[in-house]
Amino acid sequence: MPVISFDAVTKVYPLPAGDVVALAGIDLAIEKGEFVLVMGPSGSGKSTLLNIMGSLDVPTSGEVTIAGKRISGMDDDELTLMRRDHIGFIFQQFNLIPLLSVVENVEYPLILKGRRNGSRERAEEVLAAVGITETHLTHKPGELSGGQQQRAAIARALVNDPDFLLCDEPTGNLDTKTGTAIMDLLARMNREEGKTVVMVTHDPRMTEYADRTIRMVDGRLA
Amino acid sequence: MTFLDLARRNVSRHWLRSALAVTGIVIGVVAIATMGILGNSIGLMFNDMVSDVGDTIVVSPAMSGTGGDKLTKRQVDDITRAAGANRVITIPFASTFDKMSVGEKKGGTMIYAMPAGDIPLLLEKEAGTYPRDTGSGCMIGSRLAELNKETGLKLGARVTIGDETLRVVGVLKERGMGFDINPDYAIIVPYSWYSRHYDEDRYDQVVVKVRDVKDLDVVKEGIEQKMNRREDVVSVMDTKAILESVFAAADSITVFLLGIGAISLIVAGVSILNVMLMSVTERIKEIGVLRSIGTRRREVMRMFIYEALILGVVGAVIGGALSFGAGYVITAVIVENPDYLFNPTSLLYILFGMAFGIFTSAASGLYPAWKAAQLNPIQALRHE
Repeated sequence: MPVISFDAVTKVYPLPAGDVVALAGIDLAIEKGEFVLVMGPSGSGKSTLLNIMGSLDVPTSGEVTIAGKRISGMDDDELTLMRRDHIGFIFQQFNLIPLLSVVENVEYPLILKGRRNGSRERAEEVLAAVGITETHLTHKPGELSGGQQQRAAIARALVNDPDFLLCDEPTGNLDTKTGTAIMDLLARMNREEGKTVVMVTHDPRMTEYADRTIRMVDGRLA
Repeated sequence: MTFLDLARRNVSRHWLRSALAVTGIVIGVVAIATMGILGNSIGLMFNDMVSDVGDTIVVSPAMSGTGGDKLTKRQVDDITRAAGANRVITIPFASTFDKMSVGEKKGGTMIYAMPAGDIPLLLEKEAGTYPRDTGSGCMIGSRLAELNKETGLKLGARVTIGDETLRVVGVLKERGMGFDINPDYAIIVPYSWYSRHYDEDRYDQVVVKVRDVKDLDVVKEGIEQKMNRREDVVSVMDTKAILESVFAAADSITVFLLGIGAISLIVAGVSILNVMLMSVTERIKEIGVLRSIGTRRREVMRMFIYEALILGVVGAVIGGALSFGAGYVITAVIVENPDYLFNPTSLLYILFGMAFGIFTSAASGLYPAWKAAQLNPIQALRHE
C-alpha cells in the first residue's frame, strides 16, 4: 500500500476575481522507501501539493490517503495529529524554535506525543545520527551554522519515526557544499533507514538523489 | 520542558515588556486590596463604636419642650424609673466650656460634671484615682494630658477654673469619639463642685446604659412613653440606630473604593491584553511551525494562557506583599489602628485583590490565545 496516494485530487481557491485552480485532478502514489522529487515552475501547484501531503490542507475534491488514512473530512485536531504522528517536516528556513535549545527542539515532538520518559536520550540519539556533536546540544538554534540548524531540523523531523519526510527546498538557504552534505544525509536516511522522502525543489541537480521526479505544470502532472 | 516552561521562557525573553505588564497588575492588586482594607477598616471602626456604645441611650431635653434646656434631678429620677431602675444605670451630666489655667499657661477646656460615684461607671482611668464628691479633685482626658505635657498639666498638677483651683487626681484612659460625651480633650469634675461653682442644680443630658443590650428598645420606648406623655419633654437618642445607618454608609464607601481599585486592575488587564497580542503577532511564524509539526490548537492556546497567567501570578504575589505594607500604612495613618489590617476580613481583601489580579490576567490572555490558536498554519508559516 502506498504511503501517500492521490486520487483525482483538485484544489480550488475561491477568490473574488474568480476561482484559482491550484490542483486540477492529480493521481499519484508514493510507495514506502521512495525518494521523490517534485519540480515545477512557480505557481504550478507544488506548494499546494506539499500542503495536502503534509495534512496542512484538505483537497476540494478527490481522495487523499496518507499512511492509510483518508484525510478528507478530518477536523483540525485530526489533521494535526496526522502531522504529529506520521509526517516529518523539513523547511527551507529550518524553522527551529528559537526559545528552545537544539536538543529541546528535537525533544519537542516527543513531548507533544506525551513521551516524556527517555525523551532526552532519544533526542540525543537522533541528533548524533544526523551528525550534531554533543557540545552543540544545549546551544540555541541561532548559535549554530545553517547546515547544523538544518541537521537539527532533520533530527526533529525524524524523532517521532514518521512514515515519510516532507522537505520544502531543504538546501535553498545553504551554500553548495553544505547543501550537498544535507542531501547526502537525507539520501542516507532514505537508503539505510528506509525513510520515504518527498522533496520540493527548483534545483535540477537534486534529481541524481531521487528515484523518481514528478514535474508539475499548471496544477497537473507533466 | 513543557508548555508552561515555554511560556515562562517567552515571558523572560521580553523581560522589560513583561515587567511593565506585571507592574500594571501589581498596581491594580495593591489598589483593590488597600481600597478594600480602607473601606473595611472604616467599617470595623464604626463596628467597634457600635459595640462600645451600642448599649447607650442619650436622653436630652426636648428642643420644643417647656421644661427649659436642662433636666432637673427629679426628671432624672423619672427617667430612671421610666427605663426600669433594675435594667439600667443612669448617669446625668452637665457640661460647659470654660477658661482654665495651669501655672502661667491659659486656655479653654470642655468641662464635664457628673456625680462622683458615677464617673467610674462611664469612664476608665489610666492613672491616679477617681475624684470624690467632697474634695476639689478632677480628672483630665488622655489627649488633653498629652497635648499639655510640657505646660505641666499632669497627675498632681493644679488647674485653675474661674477663681477656684482643682487638683488633678486622675488621668482618663483614651476613649475615642463617642456619642454621649467626648472626654479625651476634657476635664471631668464631680457634680458637687460644679453645682457649687456654677450655681446650677440641673443637668444637660442623661446617659442611660442598658445592662442587657436586648432591652435597648424596651428601655427606649419606656422613656419616650412616660416622659413625653403630655408633651415632648425629652428627646431620646439611640446610638445603635444611628451607628447602624453610619455602618450602612461605611459599606457603600467600601464598594465605592473597591470600584476604584477594580478600574485600575481592568486598566492593567488591558495592558496584558496588549502585551499578549504583541506576543502573538511577533510569533506568527513560530506558531505556524509549532502547528505544522503537530501542536494542536488547544495546546497553542494553553501556552499563551500560561503566559498571561505567569504575568498575573507574579503581579498578584508582588501586589499581595505590597498590599500588606500599604494596608499597614493606611490603617495606621487614616484610621489610626493598624490592628484592623490583621482582621481576617481585611486580609481577605488582599486575597481577593490577588485572585482578581490573576483572573483579570487570565481573562486578558484568552482572546490573544484564541487568536493564536486560530491561525492558519500554512499562512502562519509563510509569515515573515
